[in-house]
Amino acid sequence: MTPLMADALIRVRALRKEFAGNAVLRDVDAEIRRGEVLGLIGENGAGKSTLVKILAGIYEPTSGEVEIDGRTVSFQSPSDARRAGVSLVPQEFNLAPDLSVEENVFLGAELLTVRRTLDGARMRARTAELLSELGASVAPGDRIDGLSAAQKQLVEVCKALAFDARILILDEPTTMLTRREIDRLFALMRALQARGMTLLYVSHKLAEVKAICDRVIVLKDGELVHEAPIAEIEPAEMARRMVGRELREIFPPKRKAEGPAVLEVRGLTSPEAFADVSFTVREGEILGLAGLVGAGRTETAEALMGLRPSSGSVRVGGADAKAKRAEQAVKSGLGYLSEDRQGSGVLPGFGIAENMTLVSIRDYCTFAGVVDREKEDEKARTWRERFRIKAPDLRAQLESLSGGNQQKVSLAKALDPGPRVLIVDEPTRGVDVAAKQEIYRFLAELAAKGTALLLVSSELEEIIGMCDRVIVMREGRIAGELEGAAVGEHEIMYLATGIESGAGA
Amino acid sequence: MNALFQRLRRLEKERYAAFAALAILTVASAILSPFFLQPQNLLNILRQVSYTGIIALGMTFVIVSGGIDLSVGSMAAFVGSLAVLALNATAGAGMGQGTAVAAAVACAVLVGLACGLANGVLVTKGRIAPFIVTLGTMALFRSLSLYIGNAGEFRSESALFGDLGSSAPLGVPLPALILIGLAAALSFVLSRTRYGRYVRAVGSNARVARYSAIDVDLTRLVAYTLNGLMVGVSAVLIAMRFNSVGSSTLGVNYELDAIAAVIIGGTAMAGGRGTVWGTIVGAITLGVINNMLNMVGISPYLQGTVKGLVIIGAVFIQRQRQ
Repeated sequence: MTPLMADALIRVRALRKEFAGNAVLRDVDAEIRRGEVLGLIGENGAGKSTLVKILAGIYEPTSGEVEIDGRTVSFQSPSDARRAGVSLVPQEFNLAPDLSVEENVFLGAELLTVRRTLDGARMRARTAELLSELGASVAPGDRIDGLSAAQKQLVEVCKALAFDARILILDEPTTMLTRREIDRLFALMRALQARGMTLLYVSHKLAEVKAICDRVIVLKDGELVHEAPIAEIEPAEMARRMVGRELREIFPPKRKAEGPAVLEVRGLTSPEAFADVSFTVREGEILGLAGLVGAGRTETAEALMGLRPSSGSVRVGGADAKAKRAEQAVKSGLGYLSEDRQGSGVLPGFGIAENMTLVSIRDYCTFAGVVDREKEDEKARTWRERFRIKAPDLRAQLESLSGGNQQKVSLAKALDPGPRVLIVDEPTRGVDVAAKQEIYRFLAELAAKGTALLLVSSELEEIIGMCDRVIVMREGRIAGELEGAAVGEHEIMYLATGIESGAGA
Repeated sequence: MNALFQRLRRLEKERYAAFAALAILTVASAILSPFFLQPQNLLNILRQVSYTGIIALGMTFVIVSGGIDLSVGSMAAFVGSLAVLALNATAGAGMGQGTAVAAAVACAVLVGLACGLANGVLVTKGRIAPFIVTLGTMALFRSLSLYIGNAGEFRSESALFGDLGSSAPLGVPLPALILIGLAAALSFVLSRTRYGRYVRAVGSNARVARYSAIDVDLTRLVAYTLNGLMVGVSAVLIAMRFNSVGSSTLGVNYELDAIAAVIIGGTAMAGGRGTVWGTIVGAITLGVINNMLNMVGISPYLQGTVKGLVIIGAVFIQRQRQ
């Protein structure tokens, strides 16, 4: 924008990254200027992490170029990037818990003496020097597993700085920090900037971006859609740039549910995750549960399913449904589609039909617990037809299916016991647009037949397209509820981030 | 027709390797020794593999559920010792031999169940790694049987007990008959019942199982208890065979043979997949190897070498296929 183009430390040209033919980054042109704090914002799945991982040498781009100081570079590994002065503080800490701070700082790049043994003294001294520069209350010999999240982050920063970094990338650094720790991190970032460090700050917390960054770039669907000096953009506009797009015709028409309340949750609390969550879902309603990552949405869903200890009251159809284990929740009429398909949803090595009946297997057993495979196959064929799952052989292993089809199997699994209340957590994560549209249609059909649905999602578009009523969580509490015409991007983002200024713009 | 073809293809994929290895070994043995294929020799092999084979059936459930049980050999000695004590006590009390044998069998079954249950409770409720738990109970069971027997031998005072051990109804040795019967039953349980599916689900991914409303702890507990039951059955059959129990010798290294049979049979050490028939093939493979080495006059001291190579080779082939 301004004539400082010559001052770019890093410049990317037509950077593109595809996973299995799916473009996650689409020909992005951007620059990071020497000595600035650049904010990189975007929704989940917008391509932020992918861009960061390319810069840090974790991914190789499908096409396009990365230039540092005007020279094209091609990183094969994170250590290549580190040698070029690019250091990443990852969102998920990458520290060995049983090793000490100094061992972690130099992990994989240990300093050696002339006799090729570890130079403990030099590493300890360098670590101590860095820690004191950062103002960390940590000793080089401390074990990682005794440290707090903020302290671990400082160790990550320390690790990043140990090798003469010129640019430090912080990926969602404040997710696990308290307010005071965030203030301290910002002070540290300013101190580093004053010493000439360039910083790339990746976040979707817009107030923080406004507070710490000099300039901001916005990614949406893998494209760079906006860039502006921080003085010229307010959080409200950032939010609009991040999500603002016409809702395409992929959503079925919304319905307003007038039926009786089926799921009633009162004062649900789970220590360290969320507190005092209360809401109701009506028969045939799709209630949206929105919020940022870490707001406590998935934790709430898990508590309802008895997968996480909690207190409070849960009722389904008026009867007590407070569950200590998932078996009880299923018996009370609750169903759950997990957000983590691979980790807690389906078994890739199991047959497709076997996956579908994993929860409801009792319905297919004769008195002695013998599985009636005819009956099971028949039901699996019904699901295949209803969800249009592309699978010729239902006894073949699930891993032979595409992500979208696996997600449909996962949904069939949650639906097979015939729940009165279905909780779907990120139901369209990792599936293509066609499968998305189908899944939305199934969910709307289910609601039309009377199932009460709780749609947990971090995709605003999905929440807005599907839900007539939305509750928004922030930092483990319900920040507000929106209904009818009030369900909109800005309103949800305001509740989710806590930025109340400029509402109704 | 198409469905049948698909079934065959799956069947082949899972069991091909183990069956092929056994077939090759059998052909090789038949060429090396003309006596190999004689019915008496084949029945003999079957008898020899029965004792660890029965234990391997239970071990299959434990390993498929994602666990391991190192205590089975020691447990067999402990269970066998108590069974002979029960036998002699009942016979000594003036009751009939039939009653005494029944008492011994009941004792073995109950003590086996209890020992397996103890392992299971420690693993599930105690939240201790199965390797550690059963390493501990392995030492414990052995030490208890040594203590009870003063490291010596428990001799049965019932002739009927010993006669049963060498009996062969329908021409098939008793332990082999029991092995085949149990294998058929447990194969059905593992592949066709809800419990069997839970075992595979838990071993495949315990978190997915928990999220799918499966009682993971109960599933594991039952697997260890079932394994204890199999050890009980095996122990009383060995005691019958020798009409005595050596507290220091019975069951030594049985855990290795049982685990080896399971692994050679194509069951994944990490759990989640495996078949009972694979385990039987694995057990017979080990028996054939021993038999062949004996027949061609290779030093018995080298049998361990061959067994070790076969185990490593089997796992190596499995790894390659993945």
